Amino acid sequence: MSKKNFILKSSISGLLLVFLMVIFASNNKIETYEALPKLNSNCPPGFKKNVNNECIAQNLYMQYNSSNNKGVGGLQTGLPKIRDGFSPQEIDLGRYLFFDPILSGDGTMSCASCHDPSKGFSDGQKTSTGNNKQKLKRAAPSLWNVAYLKNLFWDGRATTLEEQMQEPLFSKIEMNNSPENLVQIINSIEEYRNMFTEAYPKKDENSFIELNEIYKALAAFQSSLISLNSKYDRYAHGYHEALNKNEIEGMNVFRSFVARCAECHTPPLFTNQQFAVIGSPEPNGLPLDPGAQIPFNDSTLRGAFKVPSLRNIEKTAPYMHSGNFATLRETVEFYTKGRGHAVPKNENLIIHWHIWEPELSDYELDRLVDFLKSLTDETFTPKIPETLPSGLNPSV
Amino acid sequence: MKSTVLKFISAIVILAIGVFLGKSLFSSVSETTAPLPSTMTYRNAGLSSDTTQIAQSKTFTGEILEVKNGSSIQEAVTKAKPGDLIRVFPGTYSENVFIDKDDISLQGVVIKGEWPTLNGKKEINDAILYSGNGILIENFKIVNYKGNAIMGQAGNNFVIRNNWIIDTGVYGIFPQYGKNGLIEHNVLSKIADAAIYVGMCDNVDVLHNEVFDNVAGIEIENSRHCLVENNYAHNNTGGLLAFVTPGLPIKTTFDVILRNNFVVNNNHENFGAPGSTVSGIPAGTGILIMAADDVIVENNIITGNNNTGITIVDLATGDPKANDPNSEGNPDRVTILDNIMFENGNDPTGEIKAIMLTQLDTKGPDIFAYGGGTGSTIRDKNRYRTFGLDGYGIAQITDTKDIPTMMTPSPVPPRSVSKQELGELTYYGVCAGCHAFGTRLIGPPTEIIQAIHNDNPQGIVDYITKPKNLRDDYPEMPPQDYLSNEAKMAVAEYILSIKQ
Repeated sequence: MSKKNFILKSSISGLLLVFLMVIFASNNKIETYEALPKLNSNCPPGFKKNVNNECIAQNLYMQYNSSNNKGVGGLQTGLPKIRDGFSPQEIDLGRYLFFDPILSGDGTMSCASCHDPSKGFSDGQKTSTGNNKQKLKRAAPSLWNVAYLKNLFWDGRATTLEEQMQEPLFSKIEMNNSPENLVQIINSIEEYRNMFTEAYPKKDENSFIELNEIYKALAAFQSSLISLNSKYDRYAHGYHEALNKNEIEGMNVFRSFVARCAECHTPPLFTNQQFAVIGSPEPNGLPLDPGAQIPFNDSTLRGAFKVPSLRNIEKTAPYMHSGNFATLRETVEFYTKGRGHAVPKNENLIIHWHIWEPELSDYELDRLVDFLKSLTDETFTPKIPETLPSGLNPSV
Repeated sequence: MKSTVLKFISAIVILAIGVFLGKSLFSSVSETTAPLPSTMTYRNAGLSSDTTQIAQSKTFTGEILEVKNGSSIQEAVTKAKPGDLIRVFPGTYSENVFIDKDDISLQGVVIKGEWPTLNGKKEINDAILYSGNGILIENFKIVNYKGNAIMGQAGNNFVIRNNWIIDTGVYGIFPQYGKNGLIEHNVLSKIADAAIYVGMCDNVDVLHNEVFDNVAGIEIENSRHCLVENNYAHNNTGGLLAFVTPGLPIKTTFDVILRNNFVVNNNHENFGAPGSTVSGIPAGTGILIMAADDVIVENNIITGNNNTGITIVDLATGDPKANDPNSEGNPDRVTILDNIMFENGNDPTGEIKAIMLTQLDTKGPDIFAYGGGTGSTIRDKNRYRTFGLDGYGIAQITDTKDIPTMMTPSPVPPRSVSKQELGELTYYGVCAGCHAFGTRLIGPPTEIIQAIHNDNPQGIVDYITKPKNLRDDYPEMPPQDYLSNEAKMAVAEYILSIKQ
């Protein structure tokens, strides 16, 4: 009995001691750090936080396999490998950076200037507008589901988001910043310093924010943009009432071997991530864009572009690499107007074998557009920050 | 005299009545005895080659739906559940049938030579599209479509057999992205590309088919582990093809056996669409191996093909296209075993004619190899007229009799997802757009849902199926009735189990 009492007493006093130490320790902490958490500690929708504080993608396509693990196939096929595993804080920090015009040389453009969430993370222009209102050469690609893509830019010249983003950030005609200026100005903003310490807790709080941390946070945010819950997806998972008669007819045209859309825009991502020469025209008699010929230094790829995903395609008009088509209807019609009909006469492009003469009727073209609109899902659109650490207005 | 005539007439009348009775009786009997299909059988799988025993079969578990002339096959497919058999009776059906379900069998019932016929009238794109696993399609006559007769997109464990297919556009039978399939006893003609096209598949047997008057007879493209056996390919532009097309997401073709086929007089004029791969195939091509690896050509009868019996080329030679840095263009380790070959190359064309003229030969060879590739062998080079086989060593094998099939020993199983995983995928993949633990997003926080439906997952299922707006401080929830019943219950249980 007395032995038990002793154990009880000593454990109570031991607990008290531990409690006091904890209070002391946390008091100490409060003295050195004043910042309350600024960043979201929850993963965005579509992700589950694991024990390592990493956001891991979760979606209904994970019920399925895919042939040779390539993430291409039919309705119930698994997706390609995703780049995930960022922390919730990194993703949220990336969100602030993404919308912050402080990232551009003169503080007027943010990433969102060309990748506007209200325009399908594109910009609604034929070709984007850069620094000093200069017209750029290509259309801004949508960022939805970019975490699944193996090649970035229309011509596929980058393979990671970090590699990709350095071009617009530091191009004279785009955001016109320099690595030195970017890292200096982000380090000069106290709120960003606190946020980076929170997102990268292993950092010594007095050390400088590094460029790679800026890149990684931006990549983390972009990789969190997931759109996999469209009406089409409901059909694909087995609820066949999700699509109406016109949309189903359109789906059957889309995957038929007459139109052959699904051969390159293959579900579930609606891209097979390959390059294709389709011979689409440039607007206003501009010269032919050589596309992937340049980065791959291969003349057989003249006029080749990466096959884009069609998810949220309804939101990203105008269409094609230089925005030549204002509507989806004009875009689908391009494919039935004759193989190579828009190729300049002096060019000898190796047009993709699936571009042929499908002779689609007006009715079929209308149904294709109906189907393409069933690929819209923006339920996981992130919030634009109300205020930014830079004090600038979030720009889109 | 009169009575004999009368007797004669009455005898004829009695005979006629007998014939009529017999006909009507027996014909109705024959309709009811049309056999059910022998279900999903996997011939030879895992067995030795000297047995006709069937290794495994999948029996029908569902209902039988009958489709008669004048009604729609698609309506039956819409009604059908996995495991059901749809029997289609003779008649003409002008429709595009699509099967986005698993384990559906479509069986034509042929009565007295009358086939159930799918007729696209050159207006409809495809006769049958499927995306489900475990699809069986048999006994159909399919004519006059614009795209395909039968196209699969990512269905595993398929059986396509006993179909009679004429002029269905680009392809006849075209499974794509499928694993473990059987294509047998089909007759196909007048197809503008490949009659049977196995594209980006694995483990497919193509057996006992007749293909003629097509641009390509049987094509194995960007596929692995395929057996093409005992087919009769005649009067196509090219008979049997095994190759790699660059620029596709699955990049390789290897482990293909072409065995015991009749590859005869494939001299049809090429009528392929401009730009298509097969449009470049010269008429008179028996077998074409382009960039495919580990192909074995064994015991075929290859005769009367006017250009060459067998052509083996790399991509750069055979099909110049936009380059794909991830596509390897050389045919490596091709093995030619014993084949019967004669009267090939009687009227060579194009490049082969020019190349043979440099050899002072006006005929094309039995076997023609050109371009890159290593490790190829031939068992008895001396019996054929060959070009470009100087680097070929002697084959290390004599036959492939130990390989009765390329199909998998058992059907490819679907990915298994536990109830808890399904709940988790649904919660984070769908619900998390509006609900989170500890914070208010669009809908109430998850812990509030837990409090309302404590220990009552069915309550959550009922609510998400048909939400009633219970709270003024939150917007009305859209119904989630599109989720399957399993997913609804799984996510309800998962929501109640979340701790943070």
